[in-house]
Amino acid sequence: MSEDYVLELEHIRKEYPGVVALKDVTLQLRRGEILGLIGENGAGKSTLIKCCSGAVIPTSGKIRINGKEFDRMTPQLAAENGIAIIYQEFNNVKELSAAENLFLGRPIRKGMVIDKKEMEKKAQEAFDQLHIKIDPKELVKNLTVGYQQMIEIAKAVQQDAQVLIMDEPSAPLTTNEVQSMFEVVELLRSKGVSIIYISHRLEEIFHLSDRIEVIRDGEYVETLITKESNVDQLIRLMVGREMTQKYPPREPCIDENNVVLELKDVCGNGDRNMSLQIHAGEVLGLGGLVGAGRTELAQVIFGSKQKDSGQILLNGKEINPKSPREAIDLGIALVPEDRKRHGALLGISIKNNINMPIYKRISTASVINSKVEKQNAEKYREEIQIKCPSTNQLVKNLSGGNQQKVILGKWLAADSQVIIFDEPTRGIDVGAKYEIYNLINDLCAQGRAVLMISSEMEELIGMSDRIIVLAEGEMTGELQKEEFNADLIMAYASAVADKKEG
Amino acid sequence: MENKKSAKSFFVQNAIWGVFLIEVIIFAVASHGTFTSGSNIVNILRQVSYYGIASVGMTFVILIAGIDLSIGSIITLVNMICAFMMVNMGWNMWIAILISLIVGMVIGLLNGCMVALVGMPALIATFASQTVFEGIAFLITNGRPISGFTKDNPAINLFARWTIGPIPICAILMAACFALGSFILNKSYFGRYFYAIGGNEEAAELSGIRVNHVKILIYALSGLFAALAGIVLLSRSGSAQTTVGKGLEFDVITCVVLGGVSVNGGVGHISGVVAGVLIIGSLTNGMILLNVSDYTQMVVKGLVLAVAVGIDCLSKKRATT
Repeated sequence: MSEDYVLELEHIRKEYPGVVALKDVTLQLRRGEILGLIGENGAGKSTLIKCCSGAVIPTSGKIRINGKEFDRMTPQLAAENGIAIIYQEFNNVKELSAAENLFLGRPIRKGMVIDKKEMEKKAQEAFDQLHIKIDPKELVKNLTVGYQQMIEIAKAVQQDAQVLIMDEPSAPLTTNEVQSMFEVVELLRSKGVSIIYISHRLEEIFHLSDRIEVIRDGEYVETLITKESNVDQLIRLMVGREMTQKYPPREPCIDENNVVLELKDVCGNGDRNMSLQIHAGEVLGLGGLVGAGRTELAQVIFGSKQKDSGQILLNGKEINPKSPREAIDLGIALVPEDRKRHGALLGISIKNNINMPIYKRISTASVINSKVEKQNAEKYREEIQIKCPSTNQLVKNLSGGNQQKVILGKWLAADSQVIIFDEPTRGIDVGAKYEIYNLINDLCAQGRAVLMISSEMEELIGMSDRIIVLAEGEMTGELQKEEFNADLIMAYASAVADKKEG
Repeated sequence: MENKKSAKSFFVQNAIWGVFLIEVIIFAVASHGTFTSGSNIVNILRQVSYYGIASVGMTFVILIAGIDLSIGSIITLVNMICAFMMVNMGWNMWIAILISLIVGMVIGLLNGCMVALVGMPALIATFASQTVFEGIAFLITNGRPISGFTKDNPAINLFARWTIGPIPICAILMAACFALGSFILNKSYFGRYFYAIGGNEEAAELSGIRVNHVKILIYALSGLFAALAGIVLLSRSGSAQTTVGKGLEFDVITCVVLGGVSVNGGVGHISGVVAGVLIIGSLTNGMILLNVSDYTQMVVKGLVLAVAVGIDCLSKKRATT
């Protein structure tokens, strides 16, 4: 029967020192089908596709392409056998044209020189074939992310890919771009290309796929026919348990008389006239589209960027933090969006991470009081339940949720009064999300003030006491708890754009 | 399982000492025991002391994924100005030494400012100051060596010639520098900052570390340790030459990288660097004993550096696939 399958992965296992990334995953891809691959973060999707591309060498298991068996892939073997992968980050050269990028690494030559005309002609044909409207002469840096992705897809088609693996292809795209991408993907399927489509957005999976494979904790769970399945069933399979309550309830604990943080007409770092108040025990949600200036506002409050004008008041006193250090000493903390780049120090231990902002405080004449250092780490490990064998473990060996807890532990150790969360649960699986929400509730109960930036509408509505919406660096709306409404938030979030168009 | 793993990592971490042991045995046999004679061991300690001292500062620099190419020039400059102050100006030895150390530190400070505040790549910034200060060292006497100051200031010999028991003072000074380096890395909060910055500068800044301040401090320390190394070298050679420090940064970098300090930053310990210093020191000494030519020595040392960095990069690559 195996001739039906273009690509088969059998009992793939991948171990890293101390961690099993994939326990046992089997995947079969039929010719000309779209297979949706879903699973929580950390389920092993990325590792699995890296096994197909040769970026990761499986510890055991078989890879079969058109019936040919391999123990491992190399990037070259994968290309020779018609496997192409579209990663979230593109391998393009921004200063070259669309055509040159399409033929990157194997340019069309006339003798010793590159034949630009021929390349542009061929590129035009390739784009036409996929109904993509790109000028081959245009420099890639002038193209939108959506078109850049189209070039990647066209490149895969050019190289005669039979299997196209797409890792979260819709993540960087706008709604319209996603539509065009869908059209191209469906066109490819009709031409007999097999596609593995990885996405967190279940509606996309339902829209596109023929079958859906679910993996969980590095193990194969089930493969379903798309038409015969539903969202609840998929979530249940992904999470492995019933999710009854997504957002834990919070005891009312807002102290209306105690404004912890106040902004008055703050301008700078791309934002204009930001005025807001956060009370003790309150979660203020900050909504808006990507690029609305929410992260930029957080940077100003946290001192990593400077404001041009306006006032920031902390407990009624004006502050002017010029660096994160100063902000931390004032009691302000930031849990950044990009955990791995900005949040956790991956290469050092949990203990060192938690104590990092307060090492000076727990040192005498620069010598660290190692007893206090250890006590701090143990205290927060217990208090916020960081799951680890020891606080000497390196943070890079923790799951996303636990890394996020380490970052939070660091700010609790620093005794921060204002905690800014920038996308607190991005890249964290459903179970760990619930724990993070619980921790945010605890922060409120302790009388701290929380500013939460979130692009997940449900999270924003589920967790906030009040929501302020930004659009293009301006505040466009404020909603009290009883006014919460997804449509209204979306309307505010796109308010400026509408004004401009209208 | 846990035991097996820690035993394995014990071997990996201490493999460098195994290499040292094998090297010692090879040279001992090849030189018919001359290599391991008491006087030669003391000799090796004298020879390695100055780049051992300089390697402490370089360890800090490489830990934050930087590099300091200026230390050879700092060593030369310190030799020249220290000797100049003592001979041509007749100043007190201790004042001359103090000023020399300050000069080294100020040069390091300048390096740090170029790297941290201006944002120049460390390679270029310290390469520029290497050239500048090598030139200045030459300008002090127009290239003429300064000698004869040991007659008026016999005490300058104390670092290299004087001993406590059989151990030369300079070796004790080196040991003290290693101890200080290890203390800074393990017991003081500065050490934690160094590892954090080497691992991820942005995250370190957002964890409240003033990354630029720490960087400037590290380059200043590197300059200070290099200056101290320069004083020890001056004490040993008894005259100041304008070429004395040329290329020394190469030996020091080799020692540090060989000692397991990752050029990508964030990983490394002083204990490994001690082994690196001893390996390079005995390699140089052993090759001289065996009459290996200077040029062959260069070839060997270059290969050692390439292999050391290669192993570091390979292990990093393997950890990510």
